[in-house]
Amino acid sequence: MSYTILEKKQIAPQVHLMKVLAPDVARAAKAGQFIILRIDETSERIPLTIADFDADEGYVTIIFQEMGKTTKQLAKMTDRDVLLDFVGPLGKPADVRKLGTVILVGGGVGIAPVYPQVKAYRDAGNKVISVIGARNKDLLILEDEMQAASDELHIATDDGSRGHHGFVTDVAKKILDSGEKIARIVVIGPPILMKVAAGMTAPYGVETIVSLNPIMIDGTGMCGGCRVSVGGETKFACVDGPEFDAHKVDFNLLMSRLGLYRPEEAQCQETHQCTCRSGN
Amino acid sequence: MAARQAMPHQDPKERARNFDEVALGYAEEQAIAEASRCLECRNPKCVQGCPVEVDIPGFIAQMKAGNFDGAIATIKLTNSLPAVCGRVCPQEVQCEELCVLAKKGEPVAIGRLERFCADHERKKGVAAPLRTQSTGKRVAVVGAGPASLTAAADLAKEGHAVTMFEALHDTGGVLTYGIPEFRLPKAIVKDEVEYIKQLGVDVKVDYIIGKIKTLDELRNDFDAVFLGTGAGLPKFMGIEGENLNGVYSANEFLTRVNLMKAYRFPDYNTPIKRGKRVIVVGGGNVAMDAARSALRLGAEEVSIVYRRGEDELPARKEEVENAKEEGIVFRLLTNPVRILQGDNMTVKGVECIRMELGEPDESGRRSPVPKAGSEHVIDADIVIIAIGTSPNPMILSGSDGLKVSPRGTIVVDESAKTSIENVCAGGDAVTGAATVISAMGAGKLAAQTISEYLRNN
Ligand SMILES: Cc1cc2nc3c(=O)[nH]c(=O)nc-3n(C[C@H](O)[C@H](O)[C@H](O)COP(=O)(O)OP(=O)(O)OC[C@H]3O[C@@H](n4cnc5c(N)ncnc54)[C@H](O)[C@@H]3O)c2cc1C
Ligand SMILES: Cc1cc2nc3c(=O)[nH]c(=O)nc-3n(C[C@H](O)[C@H](O)[C@H](O)COP(=O)(O)OP(=O)(O)OC[C@H]3O[C@@H](n4cnc5c(N)ncnc54)[C@H](O)[C@@H]3O)c2cc1C
Ligand code: SF4
Ligand code: FES
Repeated sequence: MSYTILEKKQIAPQVHLMKVLAPDVARAAKAGQFIILRIDETSERIPLTIADFDADEGYVTIIFQEMGKTTKQLAKMTDRDVLLDFVGPLGKPADVRKLGTVILVGGGVGIAPVYPQVKAYRDAGNKVISVIGARNKDLLILEDEMQAASDELHIATDDGSRGHHGFVTDVAKKILDSGEKIARIVVIGPPILMKVAAGMTAPYGVETIVSLNPIMIDGTGMCGGCRVSVGGETKFACVDGPEFDAHKVDFNLLMSRLGLYRPEEAQCQETHQCTCRSGN
Repeated sequence: MAARQAMPHQDPKERARNFDEVALGYAEEQAIAEASRCLECRNPKCVQGCPVEVDIPGFIAQMKAGNFDGAIATIKLTNSLPAVCGRVCPQEVQCEELCVLAKKGEPVAIGRLERFCADHERKKGVAAPLRTQSTGKRVAVVGAGPASLTAAADLAKEGHAVTMFEALHDTGGVLTYGIPEFRLPKAIVKDEVEYIKQLGVDVKVDYIIGKIKTLDELRNDFDAVFLGTGAGLPKFMGIEGENLNGVYSANEFLTRVNLMKAYRFPDYNTPIKRGKRVIVVGGGNVAMDAARSALRLGAEEVSIVYRRGEDELPARKEEVENAKEEGIVFRLLTNPVRILQGDNMTVKGVECIRMELGEPDESGRRSPVPKAGSEHVIDADIVIIAIGTSPNPMILSGSDGLKVSPRGTIVVDESAKTSIENVCAGGDAVTGAATVISAMGAGKLAAQTISEYLRNN
């Protein structure tokens, strides 16, 4: 199959947004789900969260950060280029219901998957307090969109270049301490952020939900490579998740499994760069 | 009686380091010599052992006369994937087990003859099929494994407009993602899919039923539906250490190797851990394929750990022999108790326990019981779990009224009908993990049932 890139733009250093024509996926997509794409015959299959979708126009938006071989190759693609495979929507949709007031926390590129959830929670009749953060103001994405979609928006940067000087979890903690009744917190970002957030909210007894990002291949429950441990039970994140109760997740296992192929990933990038240079 | 013709093989030392096909196939003289062993029994027992009842003495008689074109035509009357079946069917418990010569010594090598005929035809180039006049009826076939490929071909030949939906980016099901290149070259699977495309089947990959569309929607869009979704969900043992880095399900290991071509990393970008000491748990075809793949990826020692004995190994006999020749170590009557952790949550070894065969259970199989005090550790850096799979439940979301057993298999009647009016099912999704030929047989039956239903509705 082939899927045309309708639009591609850089939205922050090493962070890119892409609208991909995939009418069947766009029609079925719901907040919280993801896709798996393959650029060409030799590429890996990589999972990316559905950041937005338009069923009428038939496109799905993805936002990704350059990490290694595949995302760097993806970053070089432009409008009208085609992807070989783009399959989805995968995973369970986010369990969005009317609950009252909810806090949605997005860290780094984790803001991208939080964005459709902000809209969905708001549409379901909740008051949505969003907290977004990044290392510095340049890396902060979707600020205007989040501002428009949320009832309240808080910002934090590690270096203090914008908003609160510190972590998004500090800001979320302040809101919890303010005494406002919070029905649920959703946190999406790097595993370490989700782990810290889970530890932070536990004493408050607030339901906390995270979206896990283990290494995946098929995304259909067929390989078990994406297994995570939740409440002592093994779950396949691609079909049982990606969202889970943060207080039950074994984050150390998740983080260690994410590092499994680090030597191979480095090798893959090196080979790639060598061939690029010799081609120039 | 002349001896059974041996299958020419790649040299074991050499092949243990490459992914090229192991069995090279009979030369023409060998094929004729082997065919000549057949007695052309008037009441051929072999045919009773064949799930699709190939006219075995019939095609072998044609081979004796050097009429290979006729022979393949005879086979294809009932078996649409002979190049696949000749390579992967467990003939020793099917046709060849019942062959009258088996009692006195060695049965006719029916599978190898079938393969020879199929390869003969492939070399010449398979003629493009003629398209049948359209019935105007539309059928959806879910999955692209052997059950669905067979159903789609038969339905298209009847003149129905068939659309095939496959979740992965490639067709073939287990034939593509599970069975390795060295046992079943992917070019053969590709050609079979090309053939059904020529019949007019519209093949859509990257298309998950239950996600993009539900079965309920599909039933409205099409006049009938066939479900051949397989049994792809890997089972784990539930023992300590199973989530450590370096523990794979056989499905993951084989998917990386076959579907994603990790054996050609980094030219293909999907990585795989190349272990030094690999343990594969299980004794079926899946375990053999995983073990032999690990060896080809460069492992120094690969062991099969299996809780029963040699006679109980469910794998094809030929593959067990091939594995042994290549140097795979068989640790039989042994079962893992837990996986031991090394640095950084990696695998260091497996603690195992010896087993004894106890009293026969209801099925008549003697069940293994652990021998107290026989615990021992086998060093390993990679562990591959190949203890079975169950049906993938993805198809079930949005399939109101589809009856499923407690094991997760789709319930059908003797004509492959499910509990829903215009929906049939077959293959591993119905039986649980079984064989290519039984999946094909089910696809064939379902196609007949669907055609009949479409004539009356
Ligand atoms: C459900 C899910 C949703 C995701 N959504 C987004 C998103 O919206 N935006 C975004 O930027 N990233 C997202 N990711 C992470 C993204 O998939 C990885 O960054 C990407 O696969 C890295 O590939 P690479 O070849 O560029 O880098 P590599 O050099 O191959 O890997 C860099 C790191 O990414 C992780 N990774 C590698 N391969 C995979 C894989 N096949 N599956 C998952 N993780 C992998 C590993 O931790 C690895 O160390 C998501 C992951 C999951 C599982
Ligand atoms: C490693 C291995 C080795 C084997 N070796 C042998 C052997 O030597 N001899 C032998 O006879 N048998 C062997 N088998 C068993 C044999 O391959 C299977 O019994 C057979 O492939 C079953 O065919 P099927 O068509 O029912 O399903 P599958 O081949 O499993 O195909 C099912 C297809 O459906 C797709 N699918 C699932 N759900 C959906 C959905 N919701 N929407 C769209 N698509 C979907 C899957 O992605 C898959 O491609 C082996 C199996 C394995 C795993
Ligand atoms: S049973 Fe054996 S000898 Fe008799 S027809 Fe079949 S293959 Fe030939
Ligand atoms: S990615 Fe293979 S089972 Fe989840």
